[in-house]
Amino acid sequence: MKKITSIILMLLVICSLVFTSCGKNEEETEDLGDAITLYVYNWGEYISDGYDDSVDVNAEFEKYCREVLHKNVVVNYSTYSSNEDMYAKVSSGVLPTYDVIFPSDYMAARMISEGMLEPINPKENIENYENIDDSFRGMYYDEEEMYTVPYTCGTVGIIYNSAIVDEEDTGSWDLLWNDKYSGNIIQFNNPRDAFGSVQYYLSKDVNSSDENEWRECLEKLIEQKPILQCYAMDEVFNKMKGSSAAIAPYYAGDYFTMYEDNEDLSFYHPEEGTNIFVDVMCVPKNAGHKDLAIEYINFMLSEEIAVANAEYICYASPNKLVRENEEYIEYMTEEVHEDAMEILYGVFEDEEYIEKMQYYHALPGETLSLMNDLWEELKLQSNISTSIYIICIVIVVALVTLFVVRFIIKKKRAKCVNECTTK
Amino acid sequence: MRKKSFIEGFAAIPHVVWLILFVILPLVFVVYFAFTGPDGSFSFENVANLSRYGHIFVLSICFALISTVICLLIGYPLAYFMSKTKPKTQKMLVILLMLPMWISLLIRTYSLMAILDNGGLLNSLLESLGITRVHIVGTPGAVILGMVYDFLPYMVLPIYTSLSKLDIKYYEAANDLGAGNCKTLFKVAFPLSLPGVISGITMVFVPSISTFYISQKLGGGLFDLIGDTIEREFQNVSTYNIGAAISLVMMILILISVAVMNHFSEGDDNEGGIIV
Amino acid sequence: MKVLSRIYIPLVFVLLYMPIIIVILFSFNEAGSMSHFEGVSLKWYVELFEDETALKALGNSLNLAITSSLIATVIGTLAAFGINKMRSRWLSGAIRSITNIPMMNPDIVTGVSMMLVFVAAISIPFLNLKFGHTTMLIAHTTFSLPYVILSVLPRFQQMDKSLSEAALDLGCSPAKAFFKVELPLVIPGVLSGLLLGFTLSLDDFVISHFVSSPDYQTLPLYIYNQTAHQVKYSMYALCALMVFAILALLFVVNFAGTIGNSKKAKMHRVR
Repeated sequence: MKKITSIILMLLVICSLVFTSCGKNEEETEDLGDAITLYVYNWGEYISDGYDDSVDVNAEFEKYCREVLHKNVVVNYSTYSSNEDMYAKVSSGVLPTYDVIFPSDYMAARMISEGMLEPINPKENIENYENIDDSFRGMYYDEEEMYTVPYTCGTVGIIYNSAIVDEEDTGSWDLLWNDKYSGNIIQFNNPRDAFGSVQYYLSKDVNSSDENEWRECLEKLIEQKPILQCYAMDEVFNKMKGSSAAIAPYYAGDYFTMYEDNEDLSFYHPEEGTNIFVDVMCVPKNAGHKDLAIEYINFMLSEEIAVANAEYICYASPNKLVRENEEYIEYMTEEVHEDAMEILYGVFEDEEYIEKMQYYHALPGETLSLMNDLWEELKLQSNISTSIYIICIVIVVALVTLFVVRFIIKKKRAKCVNECTTK
Repeated sequence: MRKKSFIEGFAAIPHVVWLILFVILPLVFVVYFAFTGPDGSFSFENVANLSRYGHIFVLSICFALISTVICLLIGYPLAYFMSKTKPKTQKMLVILLMLPMWISLLIRTYSLMAILDNGGLLNSLLESLGITRVHIVGTPGAVILGMVYDFLPYMVLPIYTSLSKLDIKYYEAANDLGAGNCKTLFKVAFPLSLPGVISGITMVFVPSISTFYISQKLGGGLFDLIGDTIEREFQNVSTYNIGAAISLVMMILILISVAVMNHFSEGDDNEGGIIV
Repeated sequence: MKVLSRIYIPLVFVLLYMPIIIVILFSFNEAGSMSHFEGVSLKWYVELFEDETALKALGNSLNLAITSSLIATVIGTLAAFGINKMRSRWLSGAIRSITNIPMMNPDIVTGVSMMLVFVAAISIPFLNLKFGHTTMLIAHTTFSLPYVILSVLPRFQQMDKSLSEAALDLGCSPAKAFFKVELPLVIPGVLSGLLLGFTLSLDDFVISHFVSSPDYQTLPLYIYNQTAHQVKYSMYALCALMVFAILALLFVVNFAGTIGNSKKAKMHRVR
């Protein structure tokens, strides 16, 4: 008895020791008054975080606040995996009020139109905003340049494993429908990008509000489902790196992260055209620390930090200073991929191809719910072979007969026992 | 009789308050959401729309049923053999069996996926032996395999517990009366261990019907089960209502099946006396 | 039959342990891959201990497991005491069956139902509730409660009633009788309930998945997020460490002899 008590006490002591040691790091900065917590909500793997000797941007920002602004700031950094996910969390008001968020263009447009963003007027308030390239200013989603500051830009392309996929099959979106590679293909696990892949393939308007067009796309996606290995978002990294899948549409920047671990991987922009996007930094309306959020955005635009981020996440940067940075260009071409600059920035200069690229726009409410509905339909669709059902029916029938037989035997026996006793 | 003291009368109060706030109220909320539209007005729309999810229910029940039966087929012999080993070995085997139960399901499922994946260990092994790769992840078989692997210990332990309680004299009596090993197993051991079997079945069936991690990882998101559907509906505020309706139906389904199972096991308890 | 048993038992156990052993093996893999082994190294372990998110998740997990199991044990022990003394069988039966609801319900239903309540509670200003630590604490306490009561209540029921009556007759106040006579007798049950609550809370993923916020992660949530994104190989090291920790805990507890109780309680999970 004593033994158990002492063991449990020991466990508690060990645990409390772990806590106190965990808590200590935060106490060091106590002398600048209470820590202000800045809530940052970003995409997964979308910032240089100190992994593998890179710059830890959030730690740098905390240091910058301590040394330059004389404020004790703690960055609370959390991540999401899709725009829709982020929108749901921010709009439900369920979570702590975030100070900085990173939606994509179409989501920013939707949030602006719904009055969810704070006008921060970057031209006036953010010193480093001038670093942003002119071609990324006053975009369709924020023509007045009031709400958003571009963080990254990029395109969607198709990544394939050249050890498995023949060169002649590549070049177009139809690789995703090629049943030669059945079981090796991955499709986006979010409605906007998945429907987008069909719309580009069929050269349709991605922002169409025509119900029939969307239904046509659904047909195409249902047709694709049997040859897919999975619907995935960031799981793509591991699947492609480990050669578990051979074909996946994904964002150009992420291709380089995968290429680092698996040199068989190649990338192309489909000839039919593709998606172009800008991910922006904004401040939600109910943010707790607007000034600090602006400070954070400003910090992200400074040359050193922007280069660190661009090198870490490998997405194209709308920041002039990054694009002109010799060291960055050298790093990208020599360490990352010899065609890196071409893949990332080349498409923006290719006059002919740029015509084929489309931004996603915020869809009108009706189309949006149609799209979600169709996506639900696709997900519910199952091409399970009937053998599963047959096995099941066999099991059920077997069980039922078993019980019936037992029941009959029991009855008979009871009758028998009754007769015996009466005799 | 003595008068009830203060502490006796009020000891259960915090618990009751807790139950009302965090057990009953949440269930009331599920029912409330299931019968209202997104705007908060009363409607049967969600329940009526459930027919759209009908085949998801059928599919989930099928998957759960098949994996339960496989678990039983693998687990019963294991439990039977275990109960026949030496007491010392038994103790060790029980610990070995319980260890996976305490390891996070996420870890077990993910490691299984890492092995079965197209580029995983199994396939690189097959390749080095000169056999072609097999696609396992993303097929129904993979999901069932995952369920069996994850929940097998839950099937074996209760069966083992009820088998190990059996008096060895039953076996001896059966043998003396001329029953062979097989006959003893089916006519004596199995009926007597039925409560364990029933408990094992519920413990495998309930988690496999409501899982979402296994089907997400091993099924590649290609066929949704009830768990996946509920999880997806609850990611978006506008679909909370339909999600609540699906949860409600699943809850009722499971409560009914558990009640039926328990009824059977009680019936068999009495019957045990008749057989012996 | 004997031969069959000799082959069958090891076969099933090897298959059961294969994935876990492979994960532990590959956590020492220099190459950071699941398909080929290059050489033994501890670099993923070093990396794990430099990963602040993982350490913070560990801290959160332990914090939550300790506090929730302690709260559940206090409430549960008191409740078991009260239920045992209740004269109305109907009332005690009703309380007991409601107590068992979180145990019978699939985790996902418990999770979403609590989430719905919390979402509603957030819009009430004076509660000042936020998803994160508080909601997780409430949820974990709720699903630990039935297990605590399950392991404590039988102890009260088996106790000789005349003991506490004797204490009262000898002039003890009811509170003193509870603490001096009854509590020491049920301590083994209380401890196994505490331990069970602790491990369940440490292990829970499904319920936490619905009631947590992105900035408050526990270990299972951290693992889930890792497997949904780009998996860092330090995660395999984390898994291996968790397996070792559980192994150690299981052996320690087994030698202390309480596991029998907690096992039985876990067996009751669904029924």
